[in-house]
Amino acid sequence: MTLSFTKHTLDNGLDVLLHEDHSCPIVAVNLWYHVGSKNERPGHTGFAHLFEHLMFEGSQHHDRGYFAPLQGAGATLNGSTNADRTNYWEVVPSNALELALWMESDRMGYLLPALTEAKFSNQRDVVLNERRQNYENRPYGLAPMALLSALFPDDHPYHWTTIGDVADLHAVQLDEVQAFFRRYYHPANASLALAGDIDMDDALAMARAYFEELEPGDRVDPVDAAASLSSDTRIFFEDRVELPRLYLAWLTPAMFAPGDADLDLGTDLLANGKTSRLYKRLVFDERIATDVSAAQNSREMAGYAQITATAAPGHTLGELETAILEEVQRLATESPSDDEMERGRVQAESQFMFRLQTVGGFGGKSDQLNAYNVFLGDPAYFDRDLARYQDVTAASLQEAVARYLPPSRRVTLSIVPHGRAALAAPGSQQAEVS
Amino acid sequence: MSRSPSGSSAARAFSIDRSRLPVPGPARPFAFPAIEKSTLPNGLRVWTVSHPQVPVIAFDLLVRRGASADPPGKDGLAALTADMLDEGTGDRSAIAMHEALARLGAQFDTDIGSDAMSVSVTVLRRFAGPALMLLADVVARPALRDDDFTRVRQLRLHRLTQLRDMPGVVADRAFLKLLYGPHPYGHSPIGTESALAGTTVDDVRAFHAAAVRPSVATLIAVGDCDHGAVVALAAEAFGDWRDGSADAATTDGVVPAAAALNIIPRAKAPQSELRIGHVAVPRDTPDYHPLVVANTILGGQFVSRINLNLREDKGFTYGARTAFEFRRLPGPFVLQVSVQTTATARAIAESIGEIAGIRGPRPVTSEELALGIAALTRGYARNFETAEQIARAAMQLALFDLPDDYFAQFVPAVSRVTAEDVSRVMERHVDPARLTTLIVGDLDVVGADLGALGLGEPVVLPSDAF
Repeated sequence: MTLSFTKHTLDNGLDVLLHEDHSCPIVAVNLWYHVGSKNERPGHTGFAHLFEHLMFEGSQHHDRGYFAPLQGAGATLNGSTNADRTNYWEVVPSNALELALWMESDRMGYLLPALTEAKFSNQRDVVLNERRQNYENRPYGLAPMALLSALFPDDHPYHWTTIGDVADLHAVQLDEVQAFFRRYYHPANASLALAGDIDMDDALAMARAYFEELEPGDRVDPVDAAASLSSDTRIFFEDRVELPRLYLAWLTPAMFAPGDADLDLGTDLLANGKTSRLYKRLVFDERIATDVSAAQNSREMAGYAQITATAAPGHTLGELETAILEEVQRLATESPSDDEMERGRVQAESQFMFRLQTVGGFGGKSDQLNAYNVFLGDPAYFDRDLARYQDVTAASLQEAVARYLPPSRRVTLSIVPHGRAALAAPGSQQAEVS
Repeated sequence: MSRSPSGSSAARAFSIDRSRLPVPGPARPFAFPAIEKSTLPNGLRVWTVSHPQVPVIAFDLLVRRGASADPPGKDGLAALTADMLDEGTGDRSAIAMHEALARLGAQFDTDIGSDAMSVSVTVLRRFAGPALMLLADVVARPALRDDDFTRVRQLRLHRLTQLRDMPGVVADRAFLKLLYGPHPYGHSPIGTESALAGTTVDDVRAFHAAAVRPSVATLIAVGDCDHGAVVALAAEAFGDWRDGSADAATTDGVVPAAAALNIIPRAKAPQSELRIGHVAVPRDTPDYHPLVVANTILGGQFVSRINLNLREDKGFTYGARTAFEFRRLPGPFVLQVSVQTTATARAIAESIGEIAGIRGPRPVTSEELALGIAALTRGYARNFETAEQIARAAMQLALFDLPDDYFAQFVPAVSRVTAEDVSRVMERHVDPARLTTLIVGDLDVVGADLGALGLGEPVVLPSDAF
């Protein structure tokens, strides 16, 4: 089983990826722009995401909302922004492919004439409410703000969250929106994947017809920034929570870089699910935590690994920290068992196969083709991506954990109930978060 | 007159016209795949759907007993029982059970609602046999040991502690209690701290024996599989599962009359979580399809009246929606939104205005109706793309006793709905005078604005009003 495709680069630089699958009469239209919050500057954060909202509000030749015609054709659609990229997708009945291409190309080529102060102001209010709902009014919701700002230096583009700072969102002006669009939203900085019930030749001809007339913009230079930790940065803040929670985070390799897959499997082995070492120890046997999880969050320029655990009543974050570090250390010094390695491999194989079941949406085949194309310039990477996980050995996993998760260079964040600063892990300084 | 070439592999030349949106041509036909059905001697129904696109099989085991089967005073028992199912079997510990699942690369999940619980396992085809054996161990032969019970119940109590801080969850739980009171639908599946504290492992064992039994269960397998082979595997895996002391299905109860306006104070909250609604209709209502269309237009899609008003016009929220929660007994109609604190009273007024409007004063327009029907019907095929999606769809048939041609009939039934139908069913099933509003928000800030709503003095509820 593999992910077959053809790739065509139009004269204006737009990559078009085609994948044929007639099992369901639908087509996924998936468009990536290689821009995210890492392309923002300090004092101007939250901008890439706010911009994504504006892309649904109308373009020159369809100066109305984008949802109505597409939903009326039977489509489902959405978009998302992260630090590295912005994506837009529609899953349409096969007979509505042209409609989706018309609309995606119109907002790529002709957004600005339709962009008004009123739309901008409305969507800023919506984004401020998105921030209130998903971060400010949610227990532990401001953890990403504290972690990222401690892991990455002030001028590093991963220092801030994609949702942005409230003050920055209030300060942003319409002319910045226009400049942002011109710089990043053009064919040479985009990749279009069409997957599903298509005729390859027809689909390519249609994509050419709608997109090739659009002007290429200037090439976007890659962002470059470095980060390193030299000590254990220990911080805490108070939140409206009942139970204190501990976060340990380390700087790790970037997406697809050597060590990334090892740490993916390593963090799974440590704290993903009931078979993981930390779940067994903290939740099952010692019962000092109510939950524990871990992940290697890999991004284009750098990654960070994170282990999170919530203290059970009567237990301290210091106890959790000691136990977690012991288990990380044990994995760094003793080879994982054959059974652990075999489970990791078969789970990776299964997850890859499960992902082949759907053409569209977040993480479907069209989205994967674009991810490989945008980040690696190689949409054929699916097989090698799986091979990265199959090739992890007990020794390479152990070495990656030893090298990238050292106790001496990390961020240790405690989130504690209001008025209970003493519950933070020992030696923590109060952090300002908002 | 010349004929354009057809049937050739050469691509057509497309000319584009930006003066108007392209109109989609005829839809490619789609048929919901056939369900093959058998029943084992113990009463377990076995349904399979062949969906061989990817070498994956999704198993779902549906048991038609959910949180509404919780005995009085034991809120949360059904969910706790569901949570105990994967804690091992026979000599196998909970950890060993999950290691066995992990060796199959299985995606494992348990789910519980008001009317049913389900356990699902998705695996690569080559693991179908052992995966089904594990599923049977989980459902029919759980160990239900004392020590595991103590740990799992404690974790659920910790979870309940944490849920006190989640305004959306507080709103959901308190709203059910306001609407239903002591009725079997009056609590969310997770139950309450006081009820769980009084629940014993013997309660779990008794509930499992009475409620989790083959004659109220359906095994659904979808994927790269053969009906006969699945039935044979199921007979081996589930053959010794027997009905114990049978329980009775949940029956309807009396629902209380709640105050029109209620608030759970949450000091300094940047947003108010709002729930507005009342008890409405059961799944088997003959008005089902018109209600689905009505809800789509009112609050069931991005371009619904509620979302366009509160988000796209006012900017009060990240999103607003309404739903008829269809269940075996009358389920709630609920409008759900989280709005910035300063806009609380206006958002309530606008919401109630939209609910009242669609019943008559502002009936759906022909454009709205056409869009709503199109949104529900034209993309219908995409709901059946993956094995898991098809399995979940089949579970709806099993849960609500729907006919095999239900999915084939959905599109024509929705297409027949008229604007008059929408007004009629909304008038029949939604009554603005009966709406209950709940706010979880900053009373100090929003309180002064609430008087103007004309809903009477708000009833201030404690944060654990469920």
